Amino acid sequence: MYAYDELDRTLINERVLEFRDQVKRRLSGELTEDEFKMLRLQNGVYLQLHAYMFRVAIPYGTLSSEQLRRMAHVARKYDRGYGHFTTRQNIQFNWIKLAELPDALADLADVGIHAMQTSGNNTRNVTSDQWAGVAPGEIEDPRIWSELLRQYTTLHPEFSFLPRKFKFAITASDHDRAAIKVHDIGLRLYKNAAGETGFEVLVGGGLGRTPFIGKTIKPFVHGHDLLSYVEAILRVYNQYGRRDNIYKARIKILVHELGIEKFAKEVEEEWLQMRDSALAIDDSVIEDIRSRFSYPAYEKLPHMPDELKKAAHDPHFEAWRKNSTFPHKVPGYAIAVLSLKPVGGPPGDATADQMDAIADLADKYSFGEIRVGHEQNLALPHVARRDLPALWKALDKIGVATPNVNLVSDIIACPGLDYCSLANARSIPIAQELTRRFANHDTANLIGRLHINISGCINACGHHHVGHIGILGVEKNGEEFYQITIGGRADEKAEVGTLIGPAVPYGDVADVIEDIVEAYLALRARPDELFIDAVKRLGVEPFRERVYATR
Amino acid sequence: MTSPLQQKIKISGPSVITANRTWDGIVIWRTAAKGWSAELSDAAIVRTADEARALLAESVADDVGAIGAYIAPVELKDSGKIKPGNLREHIRSAGVTIDLPVPA
Ligand code: HEM
Ligand code: SF4
Repeated sequence: MYAYDELDRTLINERVLEFRDQVKRRLSGELTEDEFKMLRLQNGVYLQLHAYMFRVAIPYGTLSSEQLRRMAHVARKYDRGYGHFTTRQNIQFNWIKLAELPDALADLADVGIHAMQTSGNNTRNVTSDQWAGVAPGEIEDPRIWSELLRQYTTLHPEFSFLPRKFKFAITASDHDRAAIKVHDIGLRLYKNAAGETGFEVLVGGGLGRTPFIGKTIKPFVHGHDLLSYVEAILRVYNQYGRRDNIYKARIKILVHELGIEKFAKEVEEEWLQMRDSALAIDDSVIEDIRSRFSYPAYEKLPHMPDELKKAAHDPHFEAWRKNSTFPHKVPGYAIAVLSLKPVGGPPGDATADQMDAIADLADKYSFGEIRVGHEQNLALPHVARRDLPALWKALDKIGVATPNVNLVSDIIACPGLDYCSLANARSIPIAQELTRRFANHDTANLIGRLHINISGCINACGHHHVGHIGILGVEKNGEEFYQITIGGRADEKAEVGTLIGPAVPYGDVADVIEDIVEAYLALRARPDELFIDAVKRLGVEPFRERVYATR
Repeated sequence: MTSPLQQKIKISGPSVITANRTWDGIVIWRTAAKGWSAELSDAAIVRTADEARALLAESVADDVGAIGAYIAPVELKDSGKIKPGNLREHIRSAGVTIDLPVPA
């Protein structure tokens, strides 16, 4: 966990007072909606179809049990008893009243949570690997650097009015769980040949209308130079980014239009002028941040405790353990992923009661800590392996132990037309139907790792471009249709999927996905050839044929 | 952003003006009595672009009461009932098409 200092607390509390005053002036008519809109967006308040939506940041996906309990409280008191975890380590409340928002914000501020820069054309919540600090083989905890960036970008005057939103993601593991290649700036922490720690810097990734995979702009930037280098990128973007056209305003378009070499040259020139400025980071700054992260006092525990041996006879427990628990850097411990993808449920939603129960379980079994990942699941990052059977029972009771992590029913979906004012088509009912079709865990295990991602419009909040199977809602003559792509991925080998053919109507989507999965099962070279690898080997043609031959 | 009043107004059938209520965000419709209602059945119906423009202008003028006013299509049933003219408007008036995680 990270402990905020006085400055952070003051900042957050001042923000609440400011916003309270702004809302008051809005409701009295002193501020028009035109004047108020930007102020509310700076505090994560959108307007959706039925109500305001309130987006709250969970920096680098780390939450304390106290914070999660407070989210449950907000869901219960100001909303309809649930929240939606998004793909960018935020939580959204869908039914908040503007008049009550300052109170909700104040309740969250008490536990160090805020909604600053969760929307608007600024640097957004800095996301990171949800297993940061506990993943085996990690170079170092990437949250130290995420926190540095958070402090530096929060309310940065030069970056508060960028041409468009700007997203950072950081990983420090070989396997990228933070989707850094589809962010405006992606940072991969690693050790170079000289043994120094630094970053591979990627730029210009992004989804939306025009998807791009991020390109490496500099293979190695020393940790000391991170802020000056990032500032140089942002300056070049701020100067040349297209403010005249919202569809061309993201940095990805600038990088694409200039070409990565030219863009890199501009950045380099800018950087050389200021690399030795006040932005050069002192070791003491990093040490200070590092010291504010606390780590549990792990015990020396056996890898195979008796509790685990005994529970291995229960096939339900074993199914969950094999699917949803992952190796921890400390022997005797595990990372337990909590699936927010129950069969027939909306992906990423958790009720206030579930949040409270998870907070209690985190206190009991995970040193009071919870993590939020971009796949819209939660994790308890420090569970003693001997506690896994007891934890599983408790998780199962509250409906977050579906053993489908990384499987076909672990679907990422945006809110779609059920909530979102920009949507063309619904996402959630499609996801729900698919989880019912693939509810059989044996079948799901037979299929193996397969990510289905669904967005209700081209803005791509549901990451459809980088789903192994991507589903995009479009509108045709007032009807909901869906384009299907395959072969996308969001990890270290990120790729944008390929469209397999004409869009299909709402009622056909689940059948089409079943056809694609059946084609894969028939065509895979070996049982362990993953869907994504089979598509790479075979191309889209055999899948296209299977889907459209009879349609 | 262009104001809704500067946009070209085209309507292809009976329409209403809808918006969200400022203080709590709920869906509302403009009534013939120059007010707002949370029931679609209370909405004032317009049939021509001129009528739509006038009702929209009046709605937009109430900046304290409502936000994001726009023209939405409706269907008029023989029974006199007003039905939303498309899926989006159906969802706005009838609510989400899924079960909420916590029943109301
Ligand atoms: C009121 C609801 C929402 C609105 C109005 C909204 C709006 C948008 C827009 C306009 C874009 C495209 C931005 C661009 O390319 O310049 C976008 C992208 C994105 N949104 Fe949302 N969004 C909403 C909800 C969500 C939710 C629920 C999630 C997560 C489940 C999410 C995560 C993302 C992500 C990951 C992207 C694409 C990444 C990128 O920026 O390239 N958004 N959103
Ligand atoms: S992808 Fe489109 S429909 Fe889905 S949440 Fe984003 S803006 Fe809304």
